[in-house]
Amino acid sequence: MSELLRFATAGSVDDGKSTLIGRLLFDSKSIFEDQMTSVADASERMGLDAPNLALLTDGLRAEREQGITIDVAYRYFATPKRKFIIADTPGHVQYTRNMVTGASTADLAIVLIDARKGVLEQSRRHAFIASLLRIPHLVIAVNKMDLVDYSEDRFNEIVEEFGSFAAKLDISDLTFIPLSALNGDNVVTRSEHMTWFEGSSLLHHLETVHIASDRNLIDARFPVQCVLRPQTEEFHDYRGYAGRVASGVFRPGDEVMVLPSGFTTKIKRIDTFDGEVDGAFAPMSVTLLLEDEIDISRGDMICRPQNQPTSAQDIDAMVCWLADETVLSVGSKLSIKHTTRTARAIVKNLKYRLDINSLHRDESAETLQLNEMGRVSIRTTLPLFFDEYRRSRETGSFILIDEATNATVGAGMILGET
Amino acid sequence: MGCGETIAIFHLQCCGVVVAELAKACGTSLPFLPLFWNGCVVNYELSHLKTLESESIHIIREVAAEFERPVLLFSGGKDSIVMLRLAEKAFWPAKIPFPVMHVDTGHNFEEVYEYRDRRVAELGIKLVIASVQDSIDSGKQVEQKGPRASRNQLQTMTLLDGLEEHGFDAAFGGARRDEEKARSKERVYSFRDEFGQWDPKNQRPELWSLYNGRHLRGEHIRIFPLSNWTELDIWQYIAEDGIEVPNIYYAHEREVFERDGMLLAVTEFVTVMEGETPETRTVRFRTVGDASCTGAVESDARTVQQVIDEVSATRVTERGATRADDRASEAAMEDRKRQGYF
Repeated sequence: MSELLRFATAGSVDDGKSTLIGRLLFDSKSIFEDQMTSVADASERMGLDAPNLALLTDGLRAEREQGITIDVAYRYFATPKRKFIIADTPGHVQYTRNMVTGASTADLAIVLIDARKGVLEQSRRHAFIASLLRIPHLVIAVNKMDLVDYSEDRFNEIVEEFGSFAAKLDISDLTFIPLSALNGDNVVTRSEHMTWFEGSSLLHHLETVHIASDRNLIDARFPVQCVLRPQTEEFHDYRGYAGRVASGVFRPGDEVMVLPSGFTTKIKRIDTFDGEVDGAFAPMSVTLLLEDEIDISRGDMICRPQNQPTSAQDIDAMVCWLADETVLSVGSKLSIKHTTRTARAIVKNLKYRLDINSLHRDESAETLQLNEMGRVSIRTTLPLFFDEYRRSRETGSFILIDEATNATVGAGMILGET
Repeated sequence: MGCGETIAIFHLQCCGVVVAELAKACGTSLPFLPLFWNGCVVNYELSHLKTLESESIHIIREVAAEFERPVLLFSGGKDSIVMLRLAEKAFWPAKIPFPVMHVDTGHNFEEVYEYRDRRVAELGIKLVIASVQDSIDSGKQVEQKGPRASRNQLQTMTLLDGLEEHGFDAAFGGARRDEEKARSKERVYSFRDEFGQWDPKNQRPELWSLYNGRHLRGEHIRIFPLSNWTELDIWQYIAEDGIEVPNIYYAHEREVFERDGMLLAVTEFVTVMEGETPETRTVRFRTVGDASCTGAVESDARTVQQVIDEVSATRVTERGATRADDRASEAAMEDRKRQGYF
């Protein structure tokens, strides 16, 4: 059975990110001849000597004209072991906004470091965002090793330098791989030039990194998306609660509690189109049928009576601001979407703004602007049923929506009840 | 009490969830442990197809719950067939709570029309037909002229008119991000202004599985539940689920001729030009759209498995192989999307 691994790549053009992705796709035979032909043609028109693999991902007219990447691009490739989804995030304009978007669902992040330049401010920023978004696995790809004579000492220097910074972050799995994307060293196959390196190639790591335990299988949470009532002769009294398991495991016979009502009942059956199942876990989309008729609607949360999420209206969170036309400040009123629940929120307090380069906390800050992050207290019109983001990305995250423009303006990671 | 003991106790008690909890409490990172209950093994792993299926169903349910008038754009092609099956799964045993709309150029293959009508009847849902022919007849659009005439471009206006006429505020499309590079940057929820236009530089950030479908009257959102699927995923899913697709997707004998390196079928909708020689070859279609711009590929793949083998081995993308519309320029798809195309 082949699993799905989502990963995000961070780094700027100069780090060789496009070359690395191009190499992964090319060596796994995921770049097609017509795509290569079109890249070669475009490169020639631009007067380049060799095909520029960045053109594979830079698809929009403005990007090609200005030679920049505007948005997160998704790329796909598969090996016999896994299917991969790459969220390729650009390295300059609106960097944080793009990386937060690309990283929010990633199992793994690759941060590229140029072996000649070492750990730069932007490398630290990428790693910090990866840790803040709780990407379970981080790979530091030390690229362009060919330009430092495949030096083990240089690699070790970078490992040490980055390691002392990473110690301040909450990173559970950190892997360093020395490579040359251009020459293919340690990308798909192990390098002959770096026999001193005992780890595996990047692709081998991507294929084998253990992700099954990253999911939260403990806290049973089922946000109800909609109620299914066929009202046909065959399914006359059918009343099913459709949703996707956010975390934990549900089984028929389990005692469950429904929030906000607090009523308890038991799971009668778990339905899918393909038949009943005897267990549902994240991220399965299923339909729960309950023993008792209780009033349940979209936005309600089904959990276990002895393991409930926090139910609160005053919430502390790290918020990343994504809008360029407006700012977040105390008193801002916004729409908030959390699991399947939508409410209104008011910003009660901005405790500090975090400088994502120095990790310095500026407690005098009064606003969060585009690409800035800070610790915020909000109050919502309805209680939200949440877990800490570090415990569950699904029930610990929310987005903020501007009610005037309808734009998505903020991304929140819940720290707890205020 | 050490970890070893607790795990032993767990096995005696046959309680799956507890072990993970205890193991985490003990700080062990368990290699994957199959958990037993009710005598059966549940190993908490989902295949990549089941993961994609679940993601798509989640998206479809979100839209049904949050929009007033969604519609599913159905072309009879393999992607919209899979999308329709996912919609069926999302609401079963209830009916799909929205209609399907076919933007019909009138130049489709007969097999596709048959398939469409049969499937819609099976599901008991409403079919809305937005007809390019009607747009032409009413004088809203003008047919292209010449041997290379195609109705593909005309679809955009008919689509937008269809959405407006019925007041649809969300339209599901079967586009995938692996198809084309403009699509690789499009969101699952793709906001369109009152002219149906896509603004690639001003897309809403899309985080976790929280989708923002808010819009004003007259605006709408295109929804792409198959965003993360590839051509190979679609075929593997068709095989795994036993989904029927129109038989023109499988190898058959057909009269074709070569144009711009593509094999076009000889139909009443295409004019064979001088120097183009029709001949009978064994072909299949990798994409199904307007007959005037959809090319066939030479193929012996007569079963799903043979198609999967062929798709796994191919070195050309499906749009590169078969779509004249994308060959117009480097940014052909982007330009059409900006105007409101699928």
